[in-house]
Amino acid sequence: MPSTLFEKLWDAHVVRDPEDQPTLLYIDLHLVHEVTSPQAFEGLRVGGRGVRRPDLTVATADHNVPTTDRSLPIADPIGAKQIDTLRRNCLDFGIQLFDIHSAEQGIVHVIGPELGLTQPGRTIVCGDSHTSTHGAFGTLAFGIGTSEVEHVLATQCLPQNKPRTMLIDVRGALPEGVSAKDLALSIIGQIGTDGATGHVIEYAGEAVRGLSMEGRMTLCNMSIEAGARAGMIAPDETTFAYLQGRRFVPQGAEWTKAVANWKTFCTDDGAAFDRTIGLNASMLEPHVTWGTSPGMVVPVTGWVPDPAAADSEADRRASERALEYMALTPRTRIQDIQIDRVFIGSCTNARIEDLRAAARIVKGYRTSNGVSAMVVPGSQAVKRAAETEGLDQIFRESGFEWREAGCSMCLGMNADTLQPGERCASTSNRNFEGRQGRGGRTHLVSPMMAAAAAITGHFTDVRDWKFK
Amino acid sequence: MTPFRTHTGIVAPLDRANVDTDQIIPKQFLKRIERTGFGEFLFYDWRFLPGGQRDSSFVLNEARFCEASILVAGKNFGCGSSREHAPWALADFGFRAIIAPSFADIFANNSMKNGLLPVTLGEKEVAALIENARSIANYELTVDLERCTVTDVRDFSESFAIDDFQRHCLLEGLDDIGLTQLYEADIAAFEQRRLDLSGDSSRVLHTA
Repeated sequence: MPSTLFEKLWDAHVVRDPEDQPTLLYIDLHLVHEVTSPQAFEGLRVGGRGVRRPDLTVATADHNVPTTDRSLPIADPIGAKQIDTLRRNCLDFGIQLFDIHSAEQGIVHVIGPELGLTQPGRTIVCGDSHTSTHGAFGTLAFGIGTSEVEHVLATQCLPQNKPRTMLIDVRGALPEGVSAKDLALSIIGQIGTDGATGHVIEYAGEAVRGLSMEGRMTLCNMSIEAGARAGMIAPDETTFAYLQGRRFVPQGAEWTKAVANWKTFCTDDGAAFDRTIGLNASMLEPHVTWGTSPGMVVPVTGWVPDPAAADSEADRRASERALEYMALTPRTRIQDIQIDRVFIGSCTNARIEDLRAAARIVKGYRTSNGVSAMVVPGSQAVKRAAETEGLDQIFRESGFEWREAGCSMCLGMNADTLQPGERCASTSNRNFEGRQGRGGRTHLVSPMMAAAAAITGHFTDVRDWKFK
Repeated sequence: MTPFRTHTGIVAPLDRANVDTDQIIPKQFLKRIERTGFGEFLFYDWRFLPGGQRDSSFVLNEARFCEASILVAGKNFGCGSSREHAPWALADFGFRAIIAPSFADIFANNSMKNGLLPVTLGEKEVAALIENARSIANYELTVDLERCTVTDVRDFSESFAIDDFQRHCLLEGLDDIGLTQLYEADIAAFEQRRLDLSGDSSRVLHTA
């Protein structure tokens, strides 16, 4: 019987599958960070348990780290203690840690792929909802809570009920100036933030095949914003070209063997999905969120919607509340919305290709008066690569701050936050109330769109950009 | 794990859809390394004004809901971040059950690991409960996990669906890590099969 990519991944990791219990699924790679792991390690100690496979566990500090000068001590004592706790836990349990001074440090979903830890056919978990990012390589990758982090540390397995499957088939090619981020936002706008709850999404079709690995990661990353358990894309030559030569990827004869195995992870012709959604990418426009949920999104040529036109009473009230928080009035042109801050960063959009796209926009321009803009590379490796290409110079000359790697203002756990009332064009993934700082107003956009807004001071259609 | 069998308590209505985990427990409180003490930070930005005073217009600050232990809310409750701090905060604040038309997957999972029961009822039923909680003084519900029912002393009675195994674990307060460890031999056999198939490359931190 023909199978989907998801079913192949699932079947390859079944440890036991009893009638009356969830399937026990084997986990190939467990990524750990400082915020959701301390209580899990504490649980192990209290329960007298160890880490079953430290060799399948990799840690980094990303959520809570300062993005300013790392030679200085961390100013926040509670944040510093959390990072110290991760160090002690990794030392005690023999886990590889890419610490804040390490050349490999970075956002966990950026370093996994760039180190070659993320390989097709693997199951990957992390105590972070954006673990769906790794699905771009044909993995089954999903976010878990701290109790499950403890479960995986102790057993290298997770009891799981099989999710349903959803195919999102994107025909056509993305037009110039329209990116994977716009595709992701458009999908969430159409199916809603709970549109894929209980499902694993497979993205397929010409537009998806045409994406780079960076673009595929952006798309899979945002799956959770549609409520999906995971997102995935079958591996192909683009995937293999990205992986070849990376640190933890096999080489020589082992590489050939690995690629042959990886090629089997694809959806067979005629395999059935529980739901199928078809989209056409060729008419897609750059998107901008206007509200406090990623599904509250319109094309850059559009207007802030009128809550009176909402489909339901609940949606109307949610829209009204969002507009009040965002200090926007219905029918305002998106391109008339002025911004105060720009954040280019996060596990969604802080890879080298994202920085290249943003730098191409800002090159030769200065940030608009009164706009404060920052670039936070996704990892130290991305930062080095960008510096080698001179992208840091382009950003600095335009008036951007150039920071150290971390999650930064995507969630504002460190000092990088919006002040109350500030409006931000952000390449991150969530525009919830207070997400980037209490009272802060977040508009989610692509790196190109964020860069253009930094220059003009308001949302601007990058398809009309005059490159210098 | 804290078992959940049946619970009767006062109902607080939170008539909002898509309540995300950033609202349930804002990020500045995620730096703690303990599992306890998150209750005081629950819905922090909604409960407290920027100056730190209580916002009397927020439902959980109303005196009549002070003792509430059942929260009724809109669809897609708990969306967003995977932070288990969200159910920790809800449970620490005193909630034992959340009733909503739908829940985000990770949140529902995290809740059940902490003896906090997510109960899915239809939109209409949830709207009725929200109305009852608002209009009837000290409105109480009984959530019975053995019978899978939600009832009041008047005429509200609805049954809900829940995964059999998760129900069993909650009723018994089982340690699911201990359960998985019972199958150590199966796990070891799986690992051996993988090793036989792919040799040393099954190790993640392996450089050629």
